[in-house]
Amino acid sequence: MREVSRDKIKAFLALLPSIILIAVFVYGFIGNTVWISMLDWGGVGALAENPTLNFVGVQNYFDLFTGFLDGRFRQDLVNAVYYSVLLLAGAVGIGMFIAILLDRKPRGEDFLRTVFLYPMSLSFIVTGTIWRWLLAPQGGVNIVPTFFGGEKLSFQWLSSKQAVLLFNWQNLLPVMLYVAAFVLIVIGLFCLKGNPPRALKRYLLPGLGLGVAVWLFGDLLPQIYFMEETHGFNLATLGIILATIWQYSGYTMALYLAGFNGISQDLMDAARLDGASDWGYYRHVAIPMLKPITISAVIILSHISLKMFDLIFAMTGPDNAETGHPALNMYLTTFRANEFSKGAAIAIVLFLLAAMFIVPYLVSSYRQRRARS
Amino acid sequence: MNKSLAKLLFALAAIVMLGAMPAQAASSLSGELEIFSWWAGDEGPALQALIDLYNKENPNVKVLNATVTGGSGVNAKAVLKTRMLGGNPPDSFQVHAGQELIGTWVKADRMEDLTPLFKEMGWMEVFPEGLIKNIGTDKGIWSVPVNIHRSNVMWYVPANLKKWGVEAPKTWDEFFAIAPKLKDKGIVPLALAQNWTANHLWESVALASLGPDNWDALWSGKLAFDSPEGIKAWELFGKVLEYTNADASSLSWQQATDMVVDGRAAFNVMGDWAAGYMNVTKKLAPVSGFGWLASPGTGGEFMFLADSFGLPKGAPHRDNAVAWLQVLGSKEGSDTFNPIKGSISARTDSDLSKYNAYGQSAAADFAKDRIVGSLAHGVTANETFMGDFATVMEMFLKSRNAQAAGKMAQQIAVKSGIGK
Repeated sequence: MREVSRDKIKAFLALLPSIILIAVFVYGFIGNTVWISMLDWGGVGALAENPTLNFVGVQNYFDLFTGFLDGRFRQDLVNAVYYSVLLLAGAVGIGMFIAILLDRKPRGEDFLRTVFLYPMSLSFIVTGTIWRWLLAPQGGVNIVPTFFGGEKLSFQWLSSKQAVLLFNWQNLLPVMLYVAAFVLIVIGLFCLKGNPPRALKRYLLPGLGLGVAVWLFGDLLPQIYFMEETHGFNLATLGIILATIWQYSGYTMALYLAGFNGISQDLMDAARLDGASDWGYYRHVAIPMLKPITISAVIILSHISLKMFDLIFAMTGPDNAETGHPALNMYLTTFRANEFSKGAAIAIVLFLLAAMFIVPYLVSSYRQRRARS
Repeated sequence: MNKSLAKLLFALAAIVMLGAMPAQAASSLSGELEIFSWWAGDEGPALQALIDLYNKENPNVKVLNATVTGGSGVNAKAVLKTRMLGGNPPDSFQVHAGQELIGTWVKADRMEDLTPLFKEMGWMEVFPEGLIKNIGTDKGIWSVPVNIHRSNVMWYVPANLKKWGVEAPKTWDEFFAIAPKLKDKGIVPLALAQNWTANHLWESVALASLGPDNWDALWSGKLAFDSPEGIKAWELFGKVLEYTNADASSLSWQQATDMVVDGRAAFNVMGDWAAGYMNVTKKLAPVSGFGWLASPGTGGEFMFLADSFGLPKGAPHRDNAVAWLQVLGSKEGSDTFNPIKGSISARTDSDLSKYNAYGQSAAADFAKDRIVGSLAHGVTANETFMGDFATVMEMFLKSRNAQAAGKMAQQIAVKSGIGK
């Protein structure tokens, strides 16, 4: 008993320096950023020795989401969402596909593995520069068809001003309420069999009520300002997504390949014996077993995509609203326009977005561990 | 007796030392001098020439060249901010002359007033009045300009224009008359590059639309951006944009200039560093190889931008920094630096024989034209305005809504303290 407690004290003392450092330099600074984001530090006298700072509460956040001048931030946010979703789908899908191909042990597997993993070792600035050349409107990818006697492509990978899937930011609130109503109704329908009164009271009626209310009185919801503001998926971001997928699919491939190798040969033989085809084996046995790997790949890639900065800077420069990204916007707002508080607010929004992905994962893995022990 | 002699000698020694000390300090400076700039690429040799000149006069000062790379100071400005806020200012730093300095560092009370230095060196007489007005406020003069660039220049290749049978336009109406013809031939009438060059084009178009008096009124807050005149400038700009290339946002300014040189585009509005690029890199001779004109509708107006150095409060080696500023403002310093950098001297008495044909014509215009400040290069507005203006520009490039752009510009003007 005494032995154990002495061990505990030793462990605690060994960890203490890192705990203190992390408390100050991670959590303390997060707290400080939250505090700064609630001040009005910015504008003309921002760089004075002792700038006058006032507490303005959540005004900066309010401005970011509804202010007339911050349409750029909202477009960046929309860009980041599309960017994250497409990057996840692309990198996880392609990585898994390559991993399956390599898992079949083709000749030269080691060599191919190195080839696919290699892009990971490059820095984003290098990747960005290479892909900027490849996607240049007058050359690169666009002239590839001419080698096969085809027409030159004219798609402007990084400078297209086109956008698809447009929606009006003013309508976002009603749209979100509709979605909420829809989700409530769907949950209600699922619960209807098990516990009808509860499903009706908890989900169906509120869902219906909400939907009808928005439908009837949606026009009364506050409009943000006098002109409509449309945001959408900018086609110019395709080039950036392509480059990021190129860089990260090797990484997901490595994750999956390690997972596939970890599955015991017996399992594969058993599946074969039960008459599973190759496709069936991967579809019903291997990939479901690798769910933890998929989840960790999604978590890692999603927070990388939310923080993306250098690749975009290298590929399209800082001032390209078409390919803008909140992290880039944060840098420019803080260090170019001297709006320190607004920059801090953008940083906190980004932090919360990343937390949205990571916290549920941490909670669920913590629960699993507790359940196991 | 002995004692009093010793006393006398001691007093004498003290007097001699007292007298010698200031004399010594004035004659030879020593210690270090840290110069902070973003002149790393083509401008590096020009900066080095200045440092050599400084070291010739002050051999005991060790010059630290703290350069942070990145065009127009994108990275350097961020580094400078961290250093200044951290209480570790360099002895002297490079900054675009005008509001970019005044609206940022002077408003924050971080700079020393240089008026005494200007008076002592006789610079009030040799720098043009319009320039001093733009780099100073009613409280003082804040930086020493090293060079002058012109922003409102339209570039073309005379041989190409001859081939296509067009003349370089003097007004935007003339441009609109010839632009469709060029477009029909598959030639881009006006080459444009990434975002900041759109700001650059906007200021030339707006100057043409508003005229110099209204342009100055815009920045002193006497004319609103969403006034009819302000909106008209955006409308004209929208019309001009219709004759630019669609892939602009993925090009650097050099690539836009290349389009003119290769004959893919007819004109390009760019600052006069384009002259250096075409002359040195592209090996075209001024006048015969490439031609220039004040951008349409701005003849007789010189939209300037200048690199300058200021003196931050609390500079660790103030005396050395003042000596550095004296070198920068001197005729010798100016004529050493500018021919290499490809700009003209801010002084009206510079030795024109050292400059090429373009430099000579620009210097002649600088001496007689109406001088106005450039927005895209930090003369007329502070950093807060410029940061937000990039957003306004992006919105306009996308929506082409002149009304909304005018309103937004007015809002950011109010926010950043222009036009209260």
